[in-house]
Amino acid sequence: MAVNEKDIDSILEAYPAKVKRNRKKHIVIKDSSLAHQEIEANTRTIPGIITNRGCAYAGCKGVVLGPIKDIVHITHGPVGCGYYSWLTRRNKAKTLEDGKNYLAYCVTTDMQETDIVFGGEKKLAKVIDEVVEIFKPNGVTVSATCPIGLIGDDINAIAKAAQEKHGIPVMAFSCEGYKGVSQSAGHHIANNGVLEWMVGKGEMTEAPAKYSINMLGEYNIGGDSWEIERFLKEIGYHIIAVATGDGSYENLKNTHVADLNLVQCHRSINYIAEMLEIKYGTPWLKVNFIGVEATVKSLRDMAIYFGDPELIQKTEDVIAREVARVEPILNQYKKICEGKTAFCFVGGSRGHHYQKLFADLGIDTVLAGYEFAHRDDYEGRQVIPDIKPDADSKNIPELHVESDKKLFKLKISPEKAEELKKKIPLSNYEGMNAEMKDGYLIVDDLNHFETERFVELLKPDIFASGIKDKFIPQKMGIPSKQIHSYDYSGPYAGFNGAVKFAEDVTAMFTTPTWNFMTPPWKYKPMLEGTVEEEGN
Amino acid sequence: MLNFTPKELQERKSGGMINPAKTCQPIGAMYAALGIHRCLPHSHGSQGCCSYHRMHLTRHFRDPVMASTSSFTEGASVFGGGANLKTSIKNVFAIYDPDIMAIHTTCLTETIGDDIPAYLGTAEIPEGKIVIHCNTPSYVGSHITGFSNMTKGMVTYLSEASTETKKEQVNLIPGFVNPGDMREIKRLVKVMGINFIMFPDTSGVVDSPMTGKFEMYPKGGTTIGELKDTGNSRLTLALGSFASTDASLALERKCKVPAKIMKTPIGVKATDEFLMALRNGFVKEIPYELEEERGQLVDIMTDTHYHFHGKKVAVFGDPDIVIGLTEFVLSLGMIPVHVLTGTPGNAFEKELRAMLLEAGIKGNVKASGDLFEFHQWIKNETVDLIIGNTYGKYIARAEDIPLVRVGFPILDRSVHSYMPIVGYKGAMRLIEMISGALLDKQDRDAADEDFELVM
Repeated sequence: MAVNEKDIDSILEAYPAKVKRNRKKHIVIKDSSLAHQEIEANTRTIPGIITNRGCAYAGCKGVVLGPIKDIVHITHGPVGCGYYSWLTRRNKAKTLEDGKNYLAYCVTTDMQETDIVFGGEKKLAKVIDEVVEIFKPNGVTVSATCPIGLIGDDINAIAKAAQEKHGIPVMAFSCEGYKGVSQSAGHHIANNGVLEWMVGKGEMTEAPAKYSINMLGEYNIGGDSWEIERFLKEIGYHIIAVATGDGSYENLKNTHVADLNLVQCHRSINYIAEMLEIKYGTPWLKVNFIGVEATVKSLRDMAIYFGDPELIQKTEDVIAREVARVEPILNQYKKICEGKTAFCFVGGSRGHHYQKLFADLGIDTVLAGYEFAHRDDYEGRQVIPDIKPDADSKNIPELHVESDKKLFKLKISPEKAEELKKKIPLSNYEGMNAEMKDGYLIVDDLNHFETERFVELLKPDIFASGIKDKFIPQKMGIPSKQIHSYDYSGPYAGFNGAVKFAEDVTAMFTTPTWNFMTPPWKYKPMLEGTVEEEGN
Repeated sequence: MLNFTPKELQERKSGGMINPAKTCQPIGAMYAALGIHRCLPHSHGSQGCCSYHRMHLTRHFRDPVMASTSSFTEGASVFGGGANLKTSIKNVFAIYDPDIMAIHTTCLTETIGDDIPAYLGTAEIPEGKIVIHCNTPSYVGSHITGFSNMTKGMVTYLSEASTETKKEQVNLIPGFVNPGDMREIKRLVKVMGINFIMFPDTSGVVDSPMTGKFEMYPKGGTTIGELKDTGNSRLTLALGSFASTDASLALERKCKVPAKIMKTPIGVKATDEFLMALRNGFVKEIPYELEEERGQLVDIMTDTHYHFHGKKVAVFGDPDIVIGLTEFVLSLGMIPVHVLTGTPGNAFEKELRAMLLEAGIKGNVKASGDLFEFHQWIKNETVDLIIGNTYGKYIARAEDIPLVRVGFPILDRSVHSYMPIVGYKGAMRLIEMISGALLDKQDRDAADEDFELVM
């Protein structure tokens, strides 16, 4: 199965020279005999290339802000962007007692030609007024689309004035689609705003309960977060806020008092995790609740962090019970899945996390990559000092935070932190590459052309990606799983999620529908006859 | 569900939308471009636009939707997108090898004033390959406008009047409908025995078969040769005034092909008109096969009228589809009390008001409306049925009203894009859906003693 450089070159041969040079740097064949393998990531997509990537607006409003349920999210721009990011990401949310859940509403300023010519500030101000009057939300966000920055609407000034007028937070995000090189820019812009305008605004000054944690970078797709919370709560953790799946301003504003921040999606939320550590003294732990083995490890790492024997015992009890419950079920599915191969090309952390879920079923991931990750998501955080800022990354404002004079509280001593770092990924992420097997492929910003060629070369048994490329391998007869939306199933996280995933993936392999792909007249002769033998 | 939508209708003066009933131009242009054989649609703007449009179209059709993007950065937004477009053209032909590239713009490139024809003038376009474009500012009109603009672009770039006398063939512009509808329209014309060119034609592109092979450019779509030949046709039937008028008039101006602008042939009346236009235009009798289908439809309408007669209905969606649907539900004896489209256009309101006036119905009619207001209408005057796209399901659940899914997009059900709503067969399918939805609710709500075997 191992791939060599020649295979890659023969595929890239079809590219114009410039494209070939560029793309070669985004493709790595894992070789653990080398001290370090660098991959190019978070750089511009070449114009004309059919990429899976989206834009800064999609990362900001679509991913990070969108799930916050008690805030009304206004899209300032022509109608499309707000429309496409309306109810399309499966970030589930339960309505609490206050009833404030606005996820089924899409608010857009629906800018018209006159607004582009004369400016849309007045219209935006009026829309904010209307929204506050109709919905009485706990806050309002305004996300800018491409034309806003170009025509120079001052959304910050409008938001500030509206905040003073209405007495609720009104937050402006300059996440125009052309900023940065992918959704990633939008995550960063959103993270800055969440930290500046939401975190620390609550009344709490200390953790409300023992083992208080936040779950960062968990978006509750298909109910993932609810499955994770199920066993975390049973073990004894108190979850203050989830950022941002099933999230709310009401909870996020007290994020600062937690004893520990869990980071699930490193790419989309590591900025907040880092800033929370600097500003409020809370370390973060890289976790992965996707896959049984990964979930068990994450639970043990959390227990090690708190170091309380009772908590450790409870953790082991829950692990033992859950594993005993799901393992026999998974073993049944494993009989069908074992020995198969997968491609796993998703987002900015899922490309790594979902390999664990495949591994639980005995499926080997032979090609993996991210759509919008940075080098540290591949190579580990130790490369961050080596990443040179370029023109695109410089356009994303860096929020420089300092320790908060009133609310900073060192959650563990520096000595203890150093000791823990040797055992658990505390404030650290080692990246995906470390866990890939030798000879397997790592591809950044995999595009359509390469998808087709690599599928032909490696003939995976299952292709895990998103909606835009789902039906391409499927036409070739290869089952294709959406890992952004789970094909409208889930949850896939935690113990129950692993079972659900196994059930779904096995169904993809065993559905009788594949048997009908070739019509019988393609392989059966038209004239049928029997030869009569003598004596019969 | 939608608990914050108040019953009290208060005029919203901002001009903003809450729960829009339209989306932006470029997605319509991308969809139209997919209806050209071996064409790669290209989105000139930020890559998020292209991503959103491919995502949305793929969810509706459950088939690959291929398109490329100029992948703008901040630099391109400041200095203009010429370099990005030229690089795109070079890479698209080198890597993806389409016969034709159809470029549409976005709000970004329209705002900075990118001059596409000027860029095309200096771009390296390989010998024998074609690039066409249309402007699709997202801040004007809707996705239907975008579909219309790209279809018009096909005419302005490609149609040629190359024969001395016009050919005995008809141009059919189907409008923003599903491939299942396009196939049905073509079947009707084939049965009439008339040669035709349909453009754009997404059948065979976004409803491609499972064969074990991925085809970047499937069998379907109008060929470039056919698009050129549209200038030699004797007549153009523009089906759906919002999506098809501009292209048909451009063809009339450019190649002297007379344009007849008609309704999308939804329901018995509009299908009659469509066939009559073909009959009179080409002096062809309507074959018995179609007369029989019509007779079957009218038979069904009459036999089952008590399923739907007098029921109140609320219809929303794209203007051409809503106009056709409203006319048809009126033919069924239903009462359309709320009719709305998100697409702007006074013609929509005028046409529907006339229709309701003739039927003696006092109802709400609005273009440039949103689903927030549509829901409020329903809260003030409830209905027995909602007809519209998937977004209607939230209102349907909030108010416990059955929903018949028709139009674009339908994201939560499948097969719809293969099955027609046009023609007599399509009308039968609409009746099946309408009756089914109403009777399912009646069954669900019936007391045991009222629950019936035969209905």
